[in-house]
Amino acid sequence: MSAKKTKSITPAHPQDELLRTERIPHIWCSGCGIGTVFSCVIAAIQKLDKPLDDISVVSGIGCTGRMAGYIKLDSFHTTHGRAIPFATGLKLARPDSSVLVCSGDGDLLAIGGNHFIHAARRNMDITVICVNNFNYGMTGGQLAPSTPFGAKTTTSAIGCPEEPFNFCHVAATCGAVYVARWTALHIRRLTDSIIEAMQKPGFGFVEILTPCPTAFGRRNKMRKAIDIVKFYHEKSVIKNDIDPKDATLDFRKNLVVGKFVDIERPTFMDNYNLINSKELGDWPNLDKKEPKPAKRAAG
Amino acid sequence: MRDEKKDQTFEINRGTKVAGKAVLTGTYFMNGDYACCEGALAAGCRYFGGYPITPATEVAERMSRRLPDIGGIYIQMEDEIASIASVLGASWGGVKAMTSTSGPGFSLMMENIGLGICTETPCVVCNVQRAGPSTGLPTLVGQGDMMQARWGSHGPYETIAVSPSSPQEMFDFTVWAFNLSEQFRVPVMIMADEVVGHMNERVVIPPEDEIEVVNRRKPKVSPEKYLPYKHDPDWITPMANFGDGYRVHITGLTHDDKGYPAMHAAAQEEMVERLVRKIKDNRDKIISYENIMMDDAEVAVIAYGISVRAAKRAVRDAREQGMKLGAIKLNTVWPFPEELIRDIAGDMKAIVMPEINMGQIVLEIERCAAGRCPVKLVSHAGGAIHSPKQILDAVDEALKES
Repeated sequence: MSAKKTKSITPAHPQDELLRTERIPHIWCSGCGIGTVFSCVIAAIQKLDKPLDDISVVSGIGCTGRMAGYIKLDSFHTTHGRAIPFATGLKLARPDSSVLVCSGDGDLLAIGGNHFIHAARRNMDITVICVNNFNYGMTGGQLAPSTPFGAKTTTSAIGCPEEPFNFCHVAATCGAVYVARWTALHIRRLTDSIIEAMQKPGFGFVEILTPCPTAFGRRNKMRKAIDIVKFYHEKSVIKNDIDPKDATLDFRKNLVVGKFVDIERPTFMDNYNLINSKELGDWPNLDKKEPKPAKRAAG
Repeated sequence: MRDEKKDQTFEINRGTKVAGKAVLTGTYFMNGDYACCEGALAAGCRYFGGYPITPATEVAERMSRRLPDIGGIYIQMEDEIASIASVLGASWGGVKAMTSTSGPGFSLMMENIGLGICTETPCVVCNVQRAGPSTGLPTLVGQGDMMQARWGSHGPYETIAVSPSSPQEMFDFTVWAFNLSEQFRVPVMIMADEVVGHMNERVVIPPEDEIEVVNRRKPKVSPEKYLPYKHDPDWITPMANFGDGYRVHITGLTHDDKGYPAMHAAAQEEMVERLVRKIKDNRDKIISYENIMMDDAEVAVIAYGISVRAAKRAVRDAREQGMKLGAIKLNTVWPFPEELIRDIAGDMKAIVMPEINMGQIVLEIERCAAGRCPVKLVSHAGGAIHSPKQILDAVDEALKES
């Protein structure tokens, strides 16, 4: 009786068409920012004018890696760090489809760092969504390449002794054509950035700073999700179009967010087709034989 | 006068100026690595993701020239981990895909070969073996990865490995490897070696319509009714590619028949049973071997890959001396032909196995012979192939011991 009543009262969720609802509840902790990012990803896909069968989601291992399992699209949950090369093969097999990589900071930039820089270099036409929660959340909160200097994790119990990556700077330096960073609070801007990155041919990168009260916050005097969100709200400064190397993340000062890169560059497939059309002809020819000087008469 | 045919053969052997067609029907003088490439293209491979490594580089080199001409994709990835990951991606994109590598690269690929096994992804990995361990002898032969092909990735599983012993078989077995991978949804390993890869021999490529090509089984039900890991009675699961409208979720986590993660022992048992039984229960459709003068043989030399060549010569030499020696050439090494060894062991005075390692497949022979006849290993640390005399000496010794 109650089931029927519930069904009639509760309207369908506007994102139901893209959710594997039978898999809900999800595994993410309360206060986690991944759910917000996930909603933005779905909202972006819904706004894209693209058949859903031509969009696929690839993820690696970790909390964010589970996104692929909740979205009702062709999706693949790969091994740790290997979402980008898997996505590369998938994209090249189906060049007209959109491939979205959703994964975490540790997966993409530590174990998967090599793939990240080379996919950006090739300008592989995929979009990479990186949820940055400053640690390895799923395994209980270990040091990541994003962990701020001095922050405590289970494997940096005294404090992180390393400098973190500036992911946006890495992406831009390696050749990404679209680079943006937002917090899980910037829902509208984040959704727009995902749409822009997916519409743009080439390697697009969107980083999202998210709260992880369970694993990171607990050890760094930010136990409550609401406090972290307020902190992000106060500390984030939007600086669009600045050089990504200046887009610093400093928990003591501010967290620079914005859209940093939006440029044009031929994609891997553009260049592949160009090379194979054999129309590239301006390479210097050092082997070209100069006409021999006329023989002088023996003197 | 120019000999047209000779010129063409020379050019194709060098990998320059090849025609833009997938199946190069004709007779060639070609090395094994090139023949592997041609076999792949004839089988319908249109994606190669690889990383150069001696002595497998020539497969990639020829692929980089051939694939763009026939509408395929060649990409040199940043390492072997990325290579195999991209191959899995391309396969789910509906394109037949392969990579080639050698020892160190094979080691790097192991984790994602496991992903391919777990997600039942058809693809082919060609391992042109060199001598190891570690960097070892990059330009010289070895057969030291045979157990790695079987057990190299973690967890319980079954796999398929074929072992060519000539450039012609590099062509034939590569076609076959693709067919097996498509039929059984498993990464199939071509366990070649440096000598087979680099040796130039006659390779005959048949007309396209004479080459049997198998394609993966597709779902026959609507997307609403489709369960990505619900197998047919023969343990094989129809596969929906990405973009086919089935909206599948595929994971390397233990998964149920919906493809969803299922974190408990019952799901693990069900999944592993399928992975194992689809190979074990179909082994008669997979296993292949060739008997060489075995009818009246009292001693059998069992060999695979390049070692078959020395074994064949040893048999010929022994027969000239009046000795009743035969040979069995294993075309598939995994799954291991257990019944075959159990059947013959009782009839033999001895079994001798030459392999270019310190004893790998011989362990399987010992297990299956189970003491019914002596099993003698002719080991070789790598860097060269066996001489027939080494095999004959081992036969003599084995006969004395028995």
